[in-house]
Parts: sequence; C-alpha cells; structure tokens
Amino acid sequence: MEQGTHHILSVLVENKFGVLTRVAGLFARRGYNIFSLAVSPTEDERYSRMTILVDGESAPIEQVTRQLNKLIPVISISELSAADAVERELMLVTIVAGQDARSQATELAAIFEAKILDVGYESMTLMVAGQPEKLDAMTDLLGPFGIVELQRTGRIALPKLSRQSSKLRVVKPGSA
Amino acid sequence: MKLTGAQALIKSLEMEGTEVMFGLPGGAILPVYDPLIESSIRHILVRHEQGAGHMAEGYAHATGRPGVAMVTSGPAATNIVTPLADAYLDSIPLVVITGQVPLSVIGTDAFQECDTIGITMPVTKHNWLVTDPQDIPRIVREAFHVATTGRPGPVLIDFPKDIANQMMDWGWPELVDLPGYKPNLKGHPKQIKDAARLMSEAKRPVIYAGGGILKARAAEALLELAELTGIPVVTTLMARGAFPDRHELCLGMPGMHGNYTAITAIQRSDLLIALGSRFDDRVTGKVDGFAPDAKIIHVDIDPAELGKVRRPDVPIVGDCKNIIERLVKAVVADRAKHDWADISPWMETVRGWQRDFPLQYEQFEDGPLKPQFCIEAIRDHTPTDTIVASGVGQHQMWTSQHWRFDHPYTWVNSGGLGTMGFAIPAAIGAKVGRPDRTVWAIDGDGCFQMTAQELVTASSERIPIKVAILNNAYLGMVRQWQHLFYEERYSEVYLSPDLPDYVKWAEAMGCVAFRVDSPEDVVPTIEKANEIDDRPVVIDFRTDASENVYPMVPVGHSNDDVIVGPPAGEGSR
Ligand SMILES: Cc1ncc(C[n+]2csc(CCOP(=O)(O)OP(=O)(O)O)c2C)c(N)n1
Ligand SMILES: [Mg+2]
Repeated sequence: MEQGTHHILSVLVENKFGVLTRVAGLFARRGYNIFSLAVSPTEDERYSRMTILVDGESAPIEQVTRQLNKLIPVISISELSAADAVERELMLVTIVAGQDARSQATELAAIFEAKILDVGYESMTLMVAGQPEKLDAMTDLLGPFGIVELQRTGRIALPKLSRQSSKLRVVKPGSA
Repeated sequence: MKLTGAQALIKSLEMEGTEVMFGLPGGAILPVYDPLIESSIRHILVRHEQGAGHMAEGYAHATGRPGVAMVTSGPAATNIVTPLADAYLDSIPLVVITGQVPLSVIGTDAFQECDTIGITMPVTKHNWLVTDPQDIPRIVREAFHVATTGRPGPVLIDFPKDIANQMMDWGWPELVDLPGYKPNLKGHPKQIKDAARLMSEAKRPVIYAGGGILKARAAEALLELAELTGIPVVTTLMARGAFPDRHELCLGMPGMHGNYTAITAIQRSDLLIALGSRFDDRVTGKVDGFAPDAKIIHVDIDPAELGKVRRPDVPIVGDCKNIIERLVKAVVADRAKHDWADISPWMETVRGWQRDFPLQYEQFEDGPLKPQFCIEAIRDHTPTDTIVASGVGQHQMWTSQHWRFDHPYTWVNSGGLGTMGFAIPAAIGAKVGRPDRTVWAIDGDGCFQMTAQELVTASSERIPIKVAILNNAYLGMVRQWQHLFYEERYSEVYLSPDLPDYVKWAEAMGCVAFRVDSPEDVVPTIEKANEIDDRPVVIDFRTDASENVYPMVPVGHSNDDVIVGPPAGEGSR
C-alpha cells in the first residue's frame, strides 16, 4: 500500500468477549475495508487497544470514527495520519535456503537487521521488525530465494511525540 | 437478600418502572415466567413474537417510555428480529429479553439454540449475554439507560436458562457506569449563535423537522422557534404531529409522497434547518439535486448523522429540546443587535404553491370508494387526539397525507424499515400505553394478513382498538410501481377482495366487524364503530384498486421532478 492513502485508528476498547466482533461487524456492515488489524492488551487490564488500518478510499474516515464511537465498548479513538505516527510491523518468513544459498540469505538478513529464528536442511526462517515499507522491500528481495511461508502481524502505531499535542485527535466523547 | 436469577430479572424490570410487557413463554425462558405471577408487571400474551415486538414499539411511540418484550430462545428470538430492526431504524426505545439455552451448553447446537447476540448485533443499540446472575441488576439498569438516552433505540438481553435458576445477592446499582457511552446533549454555544445568525439572514428558510423532535419531547420548543421566526415547518413521515398540521406555518410532509409545497419549499430554500432529521433517501430524492441552494443547519443527538448524507454549514450535536430552546434565546439576542431578512415574499410564494397544488382526490357519489375519503371520514369523526397507526404501503402514505396531526405522539408508524404488519400490534401497544385515547389502525389488506392474529390478543385482553382495512385487493404500493415503471405488467400483486372474508375472520377473532362498499355507508359505520368500547372493531372498506398515491417523486429523480397528480384517465370514477 502506498504511503499516505490509509488512516490509522488507535481504538481503546473494553476488554470483554465479543468486542472484536462488534468492531469488525460494523466495518463489514457499512462497507469499510480493513487493511490490517492488531489487538493487544494495554497497561490497564480493563482495556485493549485495537490498531486498525483503514483504507481511506473505501471509508470516509469521519463516518468510520463516528460510527465506531457509537459502539458502547469503544472508549476512545485516536486517529493518526500516516505522517504523524510511528508504525511498526513484525514479519516471520520461511525461505528456500539450502547449503549454497544460506550465506547469501544470512547476508541479506544482516542488512535488514533480521534475526534467524530457525534453520533446516533446505530452508530457514527469519524474523524482521520495522516499518511496513521495509518489510515490503525485504519480501521483494527474498523472492528469488523462494518464499515458503510468510506472516505479518499488521501494524501497530503510536503518535509521533513531537507532534502529539497538535495532531493527535481524541475523538470521544459524543456517542449517541 | 438471596434471589434466583429469574426473580432478580423481574425485580430489576420492576425497579426500572416496567408496568407492562409483551411476550410469549417457552422452554428457555420458563423460569422467568414463574416469578412473573407475583409481579406487579402486566404481561400481555401475544400470538406471535413479532407481535410482541411491535406492541412494545407502539407502546413506546405513544408513551415515550421504553417498550418491554420477553420471549424464549431460538425461533422466538428470530421472530422478534424484525421489530428490533424496525425500532433500530426509527430510534424507538425497546428492551427485549430473550431466553437462551443454559450457558453450559451454549455453542453445542442445543435444542432451540441460536446465536441471538450475533443475529441481533446489527439491529440493536447494544446487547448483553448474561453470564453471571450477580450481573443481572447492573445489566438491566444499563439496558434501560442505553435504550432511552442519547439517540434512543432497541437493546436486547440474552438470558441463559441456568442463570435464571442460580442464586444471587440482590443489590440495585445507584449509578450506571459505561465509560464508552456519554451522549453529548448540550451543543456548542458558538454554533448555536452562528445558527441564529443564519436564521436571521435567510430569505427563504425552511425548518425540516424529523422524528428527533418527538424523541426529545421538543414539540413545544419547535412551536416557539417557528412562531418567533415565522419560518415554515415541514414534518417528515417520522415527525407527523411534531408540529400541528392546523398551524399556518405547517407545510406538511416532504419526500417521495409528500405534498408539492413541502417538497418545493425545501428545493427552493436558501436555508434548511434540519432538526432531528437525517436526510433519508425517501426525503432527499437524488441527493445531488436536493435543496441545491440551501445552507444547512443540522441539529442531531447522533454525531454520525451530521455530514453522513449532506455536509452541514452549521453542525450542532445535541438534544433537540435543549438546542431549540437555546436557539430561541440566541435568535432573540441576535435580533436585538442585528437586522433580519424579510421573509414575507417567500411566504407569499409558499402560499401560492399551497393554493395551486393542494392534495387532491375525488369521491364520486356512485363511484368506487376512495381510500382518502375513508381516511378523512375517520379523521373527522374521531377526537383530534386520536392515535393512528398504519401499516406500510399506499394506505400509509394516504394516512400520513390526509390525517390532520395536531398533537405529538398521535402517529405510530414504521418509517425506516417499512414493515408490513406493523399496524395491528403497534395499535394494540399504543392503546395499552394510552387507554384513555381512541386508537385506530389504518391498515392495508396485505399488511393485515401478516399480523392479524394479534386481534385475538386484543380481544382476550380487552384492548378495544379500531381497525380500518383499506381493502383494495392488491399489494397496492407494489402495484403502483408496476403501473408506473413496468408498463402495467402486474406481477404477483393481486390478493382478492374477499379471500379471506375479513368480516368473518375478524368475528372469529372476537372482534365486531363491518363491511363498507359504498360512500354513503362510510360515516354511519364509523359511528357504529365508535360506540364499541369493550372489544376491537374491524371495518373492511372495499376501496378502489386503481387509485394511486400522488404526489410522487420517482426513485432516482430529483425532487424537482415531482409528479403532482395522475395523468388524465388514470383511476376510475
Ligand atoms: C414485510 C414486508 N414485505 C414486503 C414489503 C414490500 N411492500 C411494500 S408496500 C407493499 C404492499 C402493501 O400492501 P397492502 O398492505 O395491501 O397496502 P396497500 O399498498 O395496498 O395500501 C409491499 C408488498 C414490505 N414493505 N414489508
Ligand atoms: Mg392493499
């Protein structure tokens, strides 16, 4: 995905069963497309944080946040534009790397500061964390080895600190 | 005090002031029906769970209090989905309780298990599955709070059978603590001031009043604002009665079957003051062509409505009553300092439209019975505060057009979902809530056949509603579209005038029933019906099948394309 066409919603929700369904259902019902989604506990066990990457084309972002706000278990929403956030994502990838390719793969891993998690006779598994674009680039470069399996976590994001006061929009309150 | 979960549920409903509930028992909800015997709550046993839901809606429409319904799991829960969806779109406060299979077997495809929470999630404001009997008072308290505050709506509590049988320590929570639910009622002072200014500058202003006026109990405030400014008011299908039809500033209903003046005043306006209305497609027609020159002030308690369809120049989030009262003050303050535009030329234009394009139909003495004539006869032979419910179709539009709504909460109607079969149960619910009022259901023959069995409920509970079936032997509204847009190729819309025999059917259900074929029998029969007050009455009016609803804005067209009346030769005399 191109830089800047997406919106990042950082949604604080009650940590109860069924909340993910409510959020996902709302997106589906109103025809909004989710690019990626990461859910994790927060420092306060009553709440979880969902980091939702929304396609700005399919979804008028103001409607999305206002509709989300109407869900009772949604506590607050911060909307981060890509330029105002630090984003990270984690990728695990297993590539074809027999004896002759192994050193090349290791070299590439070093360039991307990837970690080698596992090595087999014919393949190896790498882990890399970074900005989503970095993961894209690494995926491209690993292509020629042959990718056996690949998984990405979806991004998580927090506001850039220097701009937090002016650009972080807290959208609550105002549910109806 | 130790209570069973079932006792705690009933006691919680009593604590919330529930006087009446509509329902039908079954396996999963059985334990809750036992303590109901000792409860102060009146239970009305329906014949179909859809009826329970619509009755609860009718009750809420007429009283402003939340309607309560209770049914069992599985098929009963699915039967009440339609009323939930109806209440969701029309913002009706409902609290629905469904039985559920025991927690211990949830997820095993147990007998009469269905995922009620999942099924009703998209059609409720919120829903709760009870997993601990200790939570019951809190959940009931939250449910009533969510249903009745902010933008009202339906909520559902799914109640597993084993929870009903477990013991809990009774305690009633003083406060509701929902950190993610804080409706904003107040509105922004600066925006209210800006709105007042726009209202003074406008030369062609119109107030576009929606159902939110009634939800906020803001009819009096609206009257004050309109009279202060002299700005004319249109009332949407959901807002009929929110501003008195007899008032000289009332322009009546806009939209697909609205009257010419209401539609055209909006189209030509330079300022549209939307109060508790939501720019529904049945009102706007083609959005691009809707009120093209108008600035918009939009007041709604639901922030998601502002800008959803049309971007307002002045958006105001808040409760309509609160905001309108403050708008009145702001207008007074504004006019103390500034001049305001003269809107009398505009009002003259509007009066011209009213003169030139009234609603029209013609009842010939010896011709077929016109549905509009029946509606006006009922209107003129009942008290002005009569509550009228309708189904969905041509008869609904004619009722909204030809009734004179002079009081709020006298119109009970399914607007957003357009649910056929709404009228009979909703009228019953309204009569239960307002036994002091005359309640008429004006129904279509198609609609009547969907929920008529609730007249058995009405007879056995002695709920004396009056029902007018405008029997045109057709799914008339669909026929009208086939007439206009499918070259009169009528596909599956014929119902027959006498199959079923409505008089016999009504009598079999314990009602008094009459049949009217000719214009001269209309008034005498209505008068006979008015004298009956101990059981429901049904009148089968045999009306002209060829009569169509006008004005009409064809779907996908701009409101400028409104068709005022039938082409010469349409209809019969
Ligand atoms: C449950 C449901 N099914 C279908 C429709 C589509 N529909 C809208 S109006 C209408 C015809 C209603 O017929 P009737 O009750 O006889 O009223 P009329 O239009 O003849 O006055 C139909 C089928 C609907 N609104 N609701
Ligand atoms: Mg009909």
